[in-house]
Amino acid sequence: MRYIDEYRDPKIAQALVDKISSTVSRPWVLMEICGGQTHTLMRYGIDELIPRHVELVHGPGCPVCVTPIEIVDKAVEIASRPDVTFVSYGDMLRVPGTKSDLLHVKAQGGDVRIAYSPMEAVKIARNNPSRKVVFFAIGFETTAPANAMAVWKAREEGLTNFSELVSHVLVPPAIRLLLNSPDNRVQGFIAPGHVCTVMGYWEYKLLADEFHVPMVVGGFEPVDLLEAIWMLVAQLEQGRAEVENQYVRSVTYVGNQPAQRIMEQVFEVADRKWRGIGKIPASGLRLRPEFAAYDAEKIFGLDNVETEEPAECISAQVLKGLKKPVDCPAFGSTCTPEHPLGAPMVSAEGACAAYHQYRRHTSSLACPL
Amino acid sequence: MSVLTLNCPVPVAARDQVMLGHGSGGKLSAELMREIFLPAFTNETLARMDDQAVLRIGGSRIAFTTDSFVVKPLFFPGGDIGSLAVHGTVNDLAMGGAKPLFLSVAFIIEEGLSMEILQRVVASLGRAAEACGVQVVTGDTKVVDKGSGDGVFINTTGLGLVPDGLFLSASQARAGDAIILSGSIGDHGIAILAEREGIEFESPVVSDSAPLHELVDDMLRATPAIRCLRDPTRGGVSSSLNEIAAQSHVGMLLDEASIPVRDEVRGACEMLGLDPLYVANEGKLLAIVDSSDADRLVAVMQAHPLGRDARRIGTVNKSDPGWVTMRTVLGTTRIVDMLSGDQLPRIC
Repeated sequence: MRYIDEYRDPKIAQALVDKISSTVSRPWVLMEICGGQTHTLMRYGIDELIPRHVELVHGPGCPVCVTPIEIVDKAVEIASRPDVTFVSYGDMLRVPGTKSDLLHVKAQGGDVRIAYSPMEAVKIARNNPSRKVVFFAIGFETTAPANAMAVWKAREEGLTNFSELVSHVLVPPAIRLLLNSPDNRVQGFIAPGHVCTVMGYWEYKLLADEFHVPMVVGGFEPVDLLEAIWMLVAQLEQGRAEVENQYVRSVTYVGNQPAQRIMEQVFEVADRKWRGIGKIPASGLRLRPEFAAYDAEKIFGLDNVETEEPAECISAQVLKGLKKPVDCPAFGSTCTPEHPLGAPMVSAEGACAAYHQYRRHTSSLACPL
Repeated sequence: MSVLTLNCPVPVAARDQVMLGHGSGGKLSAELMREIFLPAFTNETLARMDDQAVLRIGGSRIAFTTDSFVVKPLFFPGGDIGSLAVHGTVNDLAMGGAKPLFLSVAFIIEEGLSMEILQRVVASLGRAAEACGVQVVTGDTKVVDKGSGDGVFINTTGLGLVPDGLFLSASQARAGDAIILSGSIGDHGIAILAEREGIEFESPVVSDSAPLHELVDDMLRATPAIRCLRDPTRGGVSSSLNEIAAQSHVGMLLDEASIPVRDEVRGACEMLGLDPLYVANEGKLLAIVDSSDADRLVAVMQAHPLGRDARRIGTVNKSDPGWVTMRTVLGTTRIVDMLSGDQLPRIC
């Protein structure tokens, strides 16, 4: 299939592995930011292919995983109301809050629906004027333009029964937090290709310059990631710290400007809590005051939600690249995708869930086909 | 040790409600079986956990199975709930090597369903039964309040005859056996999803819903070395293989490059963040066969219209009992796990 097969081609992949092997002369620690990239690395076993001393650690870029538990609890509370139709991206439904998750709300009779786009929620609101339709607007810069557009459209149509529960997060402030951390080990970053498709990669140039750390915008297929790894290793070996773009088929320096404009018009930058990490200044988006009528947090008046996180989980260290999922004593025993204790186990794109799904086997797999 | 116990699932007792995922064919369904159903109905036949019970009554070996159909929409490209209700049960009989003979049909109808829709469903069911050579010999009708159903639910129970000496079971896979798949995967699940969500393709994805008993008949004539047949319906190829691996206490290694997926299905799965290995099929089968007969079996399957794209996709091994693993296109290996519940579309 075009645009897929050539990026999964074993020969091209092997050629890149050879290039990485012949370039690298000492150990390096690299981090991919995006959960989609983590998923590909685990699914294709890319860390098995590259030289052992290029260590890959996994960043905080799974939007489902880092959505704070307070917001999940608020979603559960709103979705439980009999007058509400609660619409969400599919993989948020399983994320555990303090006491429940959206799948359980649905099982108890809550009107919880899965949508592929926030515009579907606008349509539901239009067709069901007696229902309060709430869209769960989470994610990084990738989903923000569509979520902004839904609010814009609702206002344009004069809909009074549509709102969003917003918990958007931004990637660059999280990278800044990692780089400012005294225990940071990461020497090069694979920047998130989908986020940069929207935002461009000028923000990552600022980070590369300020912290003297190489950044390569990477795609999501195995060949994309191997090429990005090779580009990072080449920079590190040559002592360069630049921003480079591997994902040229999707990403430009300035990004998608109409998408940025609608985000800018509807959202403003705000402090955000990240599940597993804590509060990061100016790391998220919230609705601007002029869109308060579309802000589910304001409409439903949920200011004080008491939350509780399991204590055993080492997700903060996993999300900062200090530990691997398999270093956690709870991994695969008391913490599984069926019963996640922490953020990175809850979504398929979380680092712990990706390890659990694809890589928890340890014995030899010697039987040839 | 089975793959199910390796994953430390939460006991059902810890969950106070039935979730949709309990009907997904994944780990939650297995939990429900293990914790609720099996303890209540203990017997040797059920314990085999095959898609059908094979019972000796008088001098005959009778295959006996039942299945309920709750598909939405009722009509979809490639079929409808009526034909599906026949194919699903006929295939469960066929996977036991049985010649399907009789069906019962029970309708649970929601008040308000249009007579025209009911007539179309029933007519389709009748045509499908006739085409399969099975007779609908008994049935039942119930009507529930508006809002208590979803148009119409159908249950079919099937009876068939199993030839003497033939014993197929998910507990019989042995190290060294070949794993054979009859054709491309994910067509049914994606056809339903596309119809439900209004997703359009350049060339439409059509459900593979089809009766497999004639293909199975050809296969059984070709070789007596078939150990197990499964139709990978809900939960997809991955769930069926995980069940066989668990019941036979064997491992499996699949070859990713050999698993056929139609471009449209792949495209939809890429777009929606789904893995075709977990998407439902209604006209495909998996065969576990002695390796020495694998090539011959594949050739016989390819000669049948429903097995045209049949191929060997992997090998049973003994190194990792209960684990299904896969050699990726890049030559690395990964786990092909059983999903917990339904696959949920990813955010981005």
